[in-house]
Amino acid sequence: MAQIICRDAALGYEGRAVVQHLNFQVDRGDYLCIVGENGSGKSTLVKALLKLKEPMAGEICLGDGLEADGIGYLPQQTIVQKDFPASVQEIVLSGCLGRFGFRPFYGRKEKETAARQMERLGITHLAGRCYRELSGGQQQRVLLARALCATRYMLLLDEPVAGLDPVAVQEMYSLVAELNRQEKITVIMVSHDMHAAVTYASHILHISEEPLFFGTREAYVQSEVGKAYLSVTGGERHV
Amino acid sequence: MYEMLKIYFSYPFVRYAMLVGVLIALSSSLLGVSLVLKRYSFIGDGLSHVAFGAMAVATVLDVGNDTAVVLPVTVLSAVLVLRTGQNARLKGDAAIAMISVGALAFGYLFLNLFSRSANLTGDVCSTLFGSTAILTLSRTDVWLCIVLSGAVVLLFTVFYHQIFAVTFDETFARASGMKADRYNLLIAVVTASVIVLAMKLVGSLLISALLIFPALSAMRIFRSFRGVILASAVLSVICAAAGILLSILFSTPVGATVVCMDMAVFALCSLAGGLLSRG
Repeated sequence: MAQIICRDAALGYEGRAVVQHLNFQVDRGDYLCIVGENGSGKSTLVKALLKLKEPMAGEICLGDGLEADGIGYLPQQTIVQKDFPASVQEIVLSGCLGRFGFRPFYGRKEKETAARQMERLGITHLAGRCYRELSGGQQQRVLLARALCATRYMLLLDEPVAGLDPVAVQEMYSLVAELNRQEKITVIMVSHDMHAAVTYASHILHISEEPLFFGTREAYVQSEVGKAYLSVTGGERHV
Repeated sequence: MYEMLKIYFSYPFVRYAMLVGVLIALSSSLLGVSLVLKRYSFIGDGLSHVAFGAMAVATVLDVGNDTAVVLPVTVLSAVLVLRTGQNARLKGDAAIAMISVGALAFGYLFLNLFSRSANLTGDVCSTLFGSTAILTLSRTDVWLCIVLSGAVVLLFTVFYHQIFAVTFDETFARASGMKADRYNLLIAVVTASVIVLAMKLVGSLLISALLIFPALSAMRIFRSFRGVILASAVLSVICAAAGILLSILFSTPVGATVVCMDMAVFALCSLAGGLLSRG
C-alpha cells in the first residue's frame, strides 16, 4: 500500500491555483525528488503534504502507517533560528513533542529516542553545545535528528543543502541516501540541485503550473522535459 | 540605611509595591524570552500604547475600576495584532506600529477634550512613565497580580516544551501536529494581561523594557533555552527589587529606576558575554 497518493490535486492561495492536476504516488522506501523552478509550487506542495494546507481540488491521502506516525520534516532554516539560544539536546528532543501529546515533561522513552537519533547522525558529542555556534552542516544534522524523532517512516526535506559548503552538501546527501537504503525510510526531497536529483533519487516529480513529469529517475533522464531541464542546468552541481 | 528601609517596609503599601513589582518583573521576563526570540519585541510596546488609550477613556468616563476596561481592550488588541501578523497583506510590524501610535494619539486627544482633572499633564505623564500608582495599589490589584503571575509561571512550567518548540520553529511544530496557533494566542493574551498590570509599575512607555531587557541580558551569557529562561527570570527579579529599593531610598521614579537597573545589567552581561566567547 502506498504511503502517499495524490489524486488530481490542485493547490494554491486565495482561490488561485499555483499548481494543478497533480498525480503521483509514493511507496515505502522510495526516494522522491521534487524539482521545478522557483514559484512553481514546490513549497505549496510541501505544506499540503504536511497537512498544513488543504488542496483546492482532488485529494492527498496518507497510508501505510503514516497517518498515525506523521512525517519527519526538515524545514528551510529561518532567520530566527540562526541566533537561537538552545542546546542541541533541547532541539532534538522537541522532535518527540508531536507524538507524546499532553505531558509537561519528557519521559525516558523520548530521551532514548533522541539519544539514538543523535548517535545515528554522529552528533552525540554536540549534545550540550549551543545550536547557533555550530557549522551549517552540523545544524542540518541536528534538525535531521529532530525530524527522525518525529517519524519512523518518512522524511520530507525542504532544500536541505541550501547555504551549505560543498563538503557539507556531500555529507548531507550521503547521510540521507544511507537512511533511505539502510533504514528503509522514505525520502521526499525538494531541491534545486538537478545533479543530486538524478544521482540519488529513485523517482522524480517535476512541477511547473502543471506537473511536467512523474516517474522513475531513469525515465526522467530519457524524457523530453528531463533532457531539456538537464541541458539548461547542465545537470551540474548547484551549490 | 537599614533602619530607614525597615521604617518604609512597616507600611503595607510599600510591601505591596515590592511584591507586585517583583511578580510583574518575573512574569514579564518569562514572556519576554519568547517574544524576543520570535521577533515580536514590539508587541509589548504596541499593546502598552493601546492600554494607555484605554486607560484614558476609563479615566474620563470615571469607571470605578480602570482594569475592568483596560484589560479586555488590551487583550482584544493582542488577538487582533496576532491575526493581522499572520495576514500577508498587512505585515505584522506595520500593523503594530499603526495600532500603537493610533491608540496613543487617540488617548491623549480624548483626555484633552474631556478630562475634568485639574492636572492633566501630570495624569498623562504618570500613565506614560509610571508613578506613585504603584504605592496606591488596592488589595484587589495585589491579588489580581498574584493570580496572574501564578498563571504565567504555571503556564511556563506545564507548556515549557511546547513553548520552546513553537518559539524555535513554528512550521515544524505545526507539521508534527501541534496547535501552534493556540500557543501563540495564549502567549499574546497573557502578555496583554501582564502589560496592563505592569502599567502601574513602570508606565506604558517603559513596559517593553521589562519584557525585553532581561531576555536580552540572559541571551548574552546563556546558551541553552532553559538557561536563558531561568537567568532572565532571576535577573529581572533582582533588577526590579533593587530598582524599587533604590527608588525608595533616593525618592526617584520607580519605573525609570527599574529600567535603568535593567540596562545596567544588560551592559554587564554584554561585557561578560564578550569576555566569555573570547576566552
